[in-house]
Amino acid sequence: MEWLNAILQGVLLGGLYALFAAGLSLMFGVMRFVNLAHGDFIVAAAFAALLLVDLTGMPPLATLAVIVPAMALAGYIGQRVMLNRLTGGDLLPSILVTFGLSVILQNLLLEGFSADSRRLSAGWLDTAAVQIGGGLSVGAVPLLLFLTAIGVLGLLSWVFGRTGTGRLLRATSDDPEIVGLMGADKKHLYGIAMAMAAAVVGLAGVLLAIKTNFDPASGPIRLLFAFEAVIIGGLGSLWGTLAGGILLGVAQGVGAQIDPGLQILAGHLVFLAILILKPQGLLPRQRS
Amino acid sequence: MSALLEISGLDAFYGDFQALFGIDFHVGEGECVALVGANGAGKTTFLRCLTGLLLVPGQDMTFDGHPIAGLPPHMIARAGIAMSPEGRRLFPSLSVEENLLLGANVGRAGDWTLRSVKALFPVLEEKAGTPSTLLSGGQQQMVAIGRALMANPRLLLLDEVSLGLAPVIVRSIFAALPLIRAGGTSVILVEQDISQAVAMSDRLYCLQEGHVSLTGPSTELNRERISAAYFGRMTEDA
Amino acid sequence: MSLITLSRFALAGFVIAALTAGPLWADRGTMRLLVEVFYYLALAQLWNLLAGYSGLISVGQQAFVGLGGYLIFSLAMFAGVPILWGLPLAGLLTALIAWPTALVAFRLAGPYFAIGTWVIAEVFRLGFAQISALGGGSGISLPAGMVKAMASNRTARESLTYWIALAIMLAVVIGIWLLMRSRIGLALSALRDNEEAAISVGVRTRPLKFGLYVATAGVTGLIGALIFVQKLRITPEAAFSVTDWTVLVIFMTVIGGIGTLEGPILGCILFFVLREFLADLGSWYMVILGMVSVGIMLVEPRGLWGLLTRLRPVTLFPVVRKRKTS
Repeated sequence: MEWLNAILQGVLLGGLYALFAAGLSLMFGVMRFVNLAHGDFIVAAAFAALLLVDLTGMPPLATLAVIVPAMALAGYIGQRVMLNRLTGGDLLPSILVTFGLSVILQNLLLEGFSADSRRLSAGWLDTAAVQIGGGLSVGAVPLLLFLTAIGVLGLLSWVFGRTGTGRLLRATSDDPEIVGLMGADKKHLYGIAMAMAAAVVGLAGVLLAIKTNFDPASGPIRLLFAFEAVIIGGLGSLWGTLAGGILLGVAQGVGAQIDPGLQILAGHLVFLAILILKPQGLLPRQRS
Repeated sequence: MSALLEISGLDAFYGDFQALFGIDFHVGEGECVALVGANGAGKTTFLRCLTGLLLVPGQDMTFDGHPIAGLPPHMIARAGIAMSPEGRRLFPSLSVEENLLLGANVGRAGDWTLRSVKALFPVLEEKAGTPSTLLSGGQQQMVAIGRALMANPRLLLLDEVSLGLAPVIVRSIFAALPLIRAGGTSVILVEQDISQAVAMSDRLYCLQEGHVSLTGPSTELNRERISAAYFGRMTEDA
Repeated sequence: MSLITLSRFALAGFVIAALTAGPLWADRGTMRLLVEVFYYLALAQLWNLLAGYSGLISVGQQAFVGLGGYLIFSLAMFAGVPILWGLPLAGLLTALIAWPTALVAFRLAGPYFAIGTWVIAEVFRLGFAQISALGGGSGISLPAGMVKAMASNRTARESLTYWIALAIMLAVVIGIWLLMRSRIGLALSALRDNEEAAISVGVRTRPLKFGLYVATAGVTGLIGALIFVQKLRITPEAAFSVTDWTVLVIFMTVIGGIGTLEGPILGCILFFVLREFLADLGSWYMVILGMVSVGIMLVEPRGLWGLLTRLRPVTLFPVVRKRKTS
């Protein structure tokens, strides 16, 4: 019974990991750009939510209405002003610049918020639970996160598959040079892609703040989880990322059940196992 | 009547390497002009300059009276120049229909719509939902041309349409050219197949190692003169 | 031999002689600082070899620093291996363990390879924290007996540690210099510039990458062993610290200048000078270092050395091969 519960918790956690991974996946898919500060931006968004609630007393979930659009805007501007120089070019600068950003962000957060572990309370939601029969119950917060993650992935999938902008983004990821011939401004498109990724990061950050404890140094491990979810799931596939996130979550849940100290290590080991045995991932996108 | 496209003394460089030397070139409204030359002569470089894929700021290139040198590709596309690139360069993640729809992204109004393009190349209707990379070479070429047409261009650039295709397929593709021209579109035809180039065009330019080595009305240029210009041999006229 | 080459050798000789005489003119504190400078310089040169010269960007070298440390402690405590023998042995064993990790890491490319190396380091950290025989999460100290067995007294031991660190640093710098002047160095540059093109002209990139990664890991392990011998105590946090063994190393190399031998030297010296003045600032110190790094990558990717040589081209370590004139 405990094991079943552990696995169930892991599946729900996987939704959050898939959300972490979605932003990373989007940036890499469209722009071949990996942001090593990805986890730190998620944590920064979490702290922003904390700040907003402290200053205005608004309900935690309401901070989404501020943070998501703000991150989207910041992402667009950041891309056009600074990051467009790095995308699509030499690998070294983009890795090192984002690595530097990661350190800067962590230390700024440290100065601003101290090293204490924080958490955002969602009031009654924190302890609410849903009974799902067989004696199993599921926390309202994890369930909410999971459903949100599915919803966001579904939305992204729809945008990419069925809208004109999504088509442009897919084409840009295929061949950024020729896309220009179709009247599409590559710089603007990259900005849009980054805005979308940033919005997802903002969302993930707020949800992280509600779900679990976080501190200024929690960023890098989130990057690792996001990365592992992407690789386990298979590059280029949004639903693969969900599968990857779920497998990672379950691995961690089972690991924690064996010994609390093994939680994260178990996840890493499963990741390595997939990398060794099935390097293309669980659901890789087929490309002829 | 002033030309639709007017180019004077175009030089183009890849880094320190000069690929084009003082090219003079013009295309009149409604004309079909062929551009021939050996591999590496500079034909594709020339088209890249035209479309903005190779930036040549400060050079003398005028389209419809407006200078276009130094403009980025998307602005030149909006001005009315579209290209079927060498090697087709279809988007692998997109289906045939999505590739065509993308061509319309430029947002220029005109006769070419999804419907009319499919009428021009009926096989595209049949293969609409197929991933573009699963089509045969000839079908892919039709998608590439259709995609360029969807932009309702005033000037259509066809880069090596016949490359890698069987002659019978090439003929069927070129059969569509008069229909395209009938809509008022001017065409620049870059070709290795000289007989097609001569047959389909009003005028012809020959490039040789980055220089224009020959130009004139297609009907007045015989095989021998073109060969000489192509390979850089001197003839009695030269 | 030209005058320039002669003066270069003379300068080098003077510097090396002065450093070797360190125990004579430096006090304990200064010697410890110099040891730190030596091993950071060596780590920076090694990271530069991977990333700057060969295009293999790793943010997981801390895996091998920590591994070297734990290996020498284990060899001393469980196999009674004297420290002086333990150092090279730890390096060798680190290289051996690096081999399978390379097999895993090289399944990834580019930025994902970088993150992969980080995951591997984390696995080591979490793994060693589970080994109670090595103190688990709280770590363990080097047995006093083994420490005393290194040399006759404390002063002698510290001098010995100093000379070993100096020797390693010189070996790394000169070794990398000679490597980059060799055919292998040429192949590495080709690998960095364009792996596909390198393969197409016959460079066997896979054994090259592997060999480089494993060799660098081994030397990094050797350095890690020395570091923790000097500290006398090891914990998983300290052994596998991203900040200590990767962040600072990368910042030093980037600020000094990636892709040259002079860059890391400049960056390392600058770093230690800055540390004297800025260490009181706490987190702001890291923010400043980070911002300088980012600024340099955006503005002058060849770092401060690149800026200096733009004004006046100078090379202390000529790496470009001169064609033999017949």
